[in-house]
Amino acid sequence: MSELSWWLLGACAAAFALKISGYFVPRRVLDSPLMSHVAATLTVALLASLVTMNAVTSGQELIIDARIGALAAATIALIFKAPYLVVVLVGALAAVALRATGLAA
Amino acid sequence: MPSTKNNWLTPATKMGLSIALATGLYGISFGALSIAAGLNLWQTVALSALMFTGGSQFAFIGVLSGGGAASAAFSAATLLGVRNAVYGMQIKQSLRPSPRLVPFMAQVTIDESTATSLGQASLSERHLGFWTAGLGVYVLWNLFTLVGALLGERMGDPAAWGLDGAAVAAFLGLLWPRLKSAQPVFVACAAAIVTAFAVPLTVPGVPILITAGCAVLFAVLTGRHTKPATEHGQLQQVDQEKT
Repeated sequence: MSELSWWLLGACAAAFALKISGYFVPRRVLDSPLMSHVAATLTVALLASLVTMNAVTSGQELIIDARIGALAAATIALIFKAPYLVVVLVGALAAVALRATGLAA
Repeated sequence: MPSTKNNWLTPATKMGLSIALATGLYGISFGALSIAAGLNLWQTVALSALMFTGGSQFAFIGVLSGGGAASAAFSAATLLGVRNAVYGMQIKQSLRPSPRLVPFMAQVTIDESTATSLGQASLSERHLGFWTAGLGVYVLWNLFTLVGALLGERMGDPAAWGLDGAAVAAFLGLLWPRLKSAQPVFVACAAAIVTAFAVPLTVPGVPILITAGCAVLFAVLTGRHTKPATEHGQLQQVDQEKT
């Protein structure tokens, strides 16, 4: 198996360990206000980081291209409360349209 | 549990089924984006069957498609899974499951099953909501991941199909429902800025970990006045019944 496959299986095992820890870890460890706050803050920060990485970076460079248009289009779709799958499609269509019209790389 | 076989279509099961359908369908986008990120069919299918927590799965492939190392993908996915530990604790308190069922319940303890369950009024409805949403999402998410992966294999160049734009939208769609007050909006903006500054300065995959470190530090410094996830009174009751 490739190195990637091992990391992948390890991440799957870690995901299950986290899920089941909620059922077994002593309550005082997890049920602190701080723990819930850290988990919620971490989730928001990681997702925002992933949005940024996928929208404006390529390797170690910051790049403005059609993906920033996809980000704007997806934001508009979300403001109008579009379902998740529609938001994803709007993102793809915006990128394709911007490239087809030569407005962005 | 339902009293007769005829009334299985309760508010909880209806909600669970509609959430399962909506969530399951976007397994298509995960499958296609995973192939575009360079994973093969079996790695893609394994992520949905074994990891089974959408945010972490998207994070894993998102770090890889950005050129990050497999170890960075592991770290990002695992950190995003921390919230499932909090969900498990809430479900344990709410449903008081038998220990035999816990390993199965743990695998389907995700955003959707937790939200569906905790939104119900009675204990039997909370059970039905958890299992309908959990198993429903599991089946459909895996099915549509396979469909998306098979489509992705035939698509060729990801950018030609706008899949890079779809990935941006996919992450924004996961983030959006969590931006309900000023503090998460601030955290999201700060995280975006930290990431953008870290990208040119560090190896791919590291910026997201720097951002995670900053987020934990910020949460610890601001987290003194928030409420616990569960109510201690009820939990003590649960403990007494178990012992």
